[in-house]
Amino acid sequence: MREITYAEAAAEALREEFRRDDRTVHLSTDAPLQLQKEFGRDRVRVTPISESAFVGAAIGLAGSGFRPVVNIRMATFMFVAMDQFINQAAKITYMFGGQARFPIVYRVSVGAGMSMAAQHSISPYSMFMNIPGIKLIIPSTPYDMKGLLKTAIRDNNPVLSFEHTALGQVKGEAPEEEYTIPFGKAALRRQGSDVTVVALANMVHVALEAARELEKEGVSVEVIDPRTLVPLDKASIRESVARTGRLVVVDEACQTGGAAAEIASVVVEDSQTFKRLRSAPVRVCAPDVPIPYSPPMEKFVLPDKQRVMAAVKEALK
Amino acid sequence: MPIEPQDLIEMYKTMLTIRRFEERAAREYEERHIPGIVHSYIGQEATATGVCANLRLDDRIVSTHRGHGHCIAKGADLKRMMAELYGRKTGYCKGKGGSMHIADFSVGMLGANGIVGAGLPIAVGAAMAAQLEGGDRVAAVFFGDGACQEGTFHESLNLASIWKLPIVFVCENNGYGVNTPAEYSIPVKDIADRAAAYAMPGVVVDGNDAAAVYEAAGRVVKAARAGKGPALLECKTYRWRRHAESKAFAELRPTGEIEAWKSRCPIASLERRLLEEGMATGQELADIDSQVLALIEEAVRFAEASPWPAPEDALEGVYSV
Ligand SMILES: Cc1ncc(C[n+]2csc(CCOP(=O)(O)OP(=O)(O)O)c2C)c(N)n1
Ligand SMILES: [Mg+2]
Repeated sequence: MREITYAEAAAEALREEFRRDDRTVHLSTDAPLQLQKEFGRDRVRVTPISESAFVGAAIGLAGSGFRPVVNIRMATFMFVAMDQFINQAAKITYMFGGQARFPIVYRVSVGAGMSMAAQHSISPYSMFMNIPGIKLIIPSTPYDMKGLLKTAIRDNNPVLSFEHTALGQVKGEAPEEEYTIPFGKAALRRQGSDVTVVALANMVHVALEAARELEKEGVSVEVIDPRTLVPLDKASIRESVARTGRLVVVDEACQTGGAAAEIASVVVEDSQTFKRLRSAPVRVCAPDVPIPYSPPMEKFVLPDKQRVMAAVKEALK
Repeated sequence: MPIEPQDLIEMYKTMLTIRRFEERAAREYEERHIPGIVHSYIGQEATATGVCANLRLDDRIVSTHRGHGHCIAKGADLKRMMAELYGRKTGYCKGKGGSMHIADFSVGMLGANGIVGAGLPIAVGAAMAAQLEGGDRVAAVFFGDGACQEGTFHESLNLASIWKLPIVFVCENNGYGVNTPAEYSIPVKDIADRAAAYAMPGVVVDGNDAAAVYEAAGRVVKAARAGKGPALLECKTYRWRRHAESKAFAELRPTGEIEAWKSRCPIASLERRLLEEGMATGQELADIDSQVLALIEEAVRFAEASPWPAPEDALEGVYSV
């Protein structure tokens, strides 16, 4: 199959969906040039650096019949527009009694590992998991990027797409033809029988490396990538843990109150799955510190293959 | 376009509807038939009315926490509004919004808003939609003097200006944000002066004079329809009641000031004009009032007779299908 990068997959998804539906519009502080060339400066519009205004404008556009895609670039820039995300975009479908639909895609890049320091290294998934009304996708491969983003653009709700910075130039298979990926369906990245590892975004790749390494030591690791955090495919995670009896969750966000905590809860609160657990779930996350700048410190706080392997062994004890 | 007697009479009726609706809402709140919080629009009726009289059904507005007047002026249904205040299933938002979140997308009312200043970006989006559609629709957004110190005010005016959007920013300067005087919060003489920073016309108008608001709004709406871009319209007005219908909000404004503004009642002054210029008789105006009161009574009856939402309805409608 054809291979393209994660970034190219996103561009292709947008191009296909913009051709398919002329109510799509694009807002971002710098223009995606190819898209702008094909669809013009009106529809693919550059905005000043005014996050509150353009995050909110997308809501007005959606409420007026359009399908905006907003590229906010780094997740951290969302914080200056939080009211528009949380009090407006997420809540108004419900608060207005479902009178109108708000089909909006907000794209943000997440993740650390680039010595970008604390403000520019953040993966704020769980903050948004706690806000009903926004769907959350978290593609980890070019294939998923294209399929999930296309589904997101067609969805009639606000969707927040968390896209990992480190994956931009990573290549992977993605068909040229049309396909979409349904929300709420996890991907089984690797089959195994001893331990279930649920990993997010770039950590999927780290978990797979760890799994390959552990195989040599005779440990069989199953790797699950939820692909969407809202909705979350609880059934697949529980089913896997019920088989292996052990859970490790890998997420590079800070540990306290994170997505990893939610995933562990989904497993332990289900009595059927709980009965099958043979050891306590283990989380592999960043410690609760702002992400530091200097490489030795940054490397120290981010989960890596060694920490995942150690966690799997911990679960096996 | 000179203002026609018929327009004035229509506006009189709209203002009176808002007044009677708000009087009744205050009473029902007092009697605990309406929970939560209600921000009364009494005293400011001429603003929503004069602006919306220039708008078509397909134009879009965005409103504030003090939004009942905007809803009524844009043509929303009194029964479904009152039912929403009562928290009933038949309300505009099925009882999930209440006073601060009434919306009626079918008449282009894109929602009241509990967050000060939050409506401006949304209205910018509605105006961008109008521009992309290529017709001559416009958007209008209402907000208070207090909202003009929020970042969203500045970001939104700037965006509307560089994109030449068909939008009118309607500032209802009632002199206070809760009990903080606008003079304290705002260093410029008129909020409309800030329009210059965004290269758009800034217009000050007597917000208690419905005809003046109608004419001033008419000019900027017409320009917006013609593709000439946005404007900032500052309507100087005053709210008669405390910030909200709850004793939790003390009234700290000087009594003399409140009385002075009450003597400039937007409805009474239009009434005088209609009578003096022979556009209506006292009897005709009294008939309008009875009609309005009957509509409000009907709305209250409807709300009272409406079913409560089932508790588990709370779990429905977080997402659209
Ligand atoms: C962002 C935000 N801050 C504070 C509040 C609390 N609050 C509600 S109404 C209000 C006053 C707003 O004043 P203004 O914009 O002049 O509108 P008015 O109430 O006078 O109509 C305040 C401070 C809020 N709702 N939202
Ligand atoms: Mg005010």
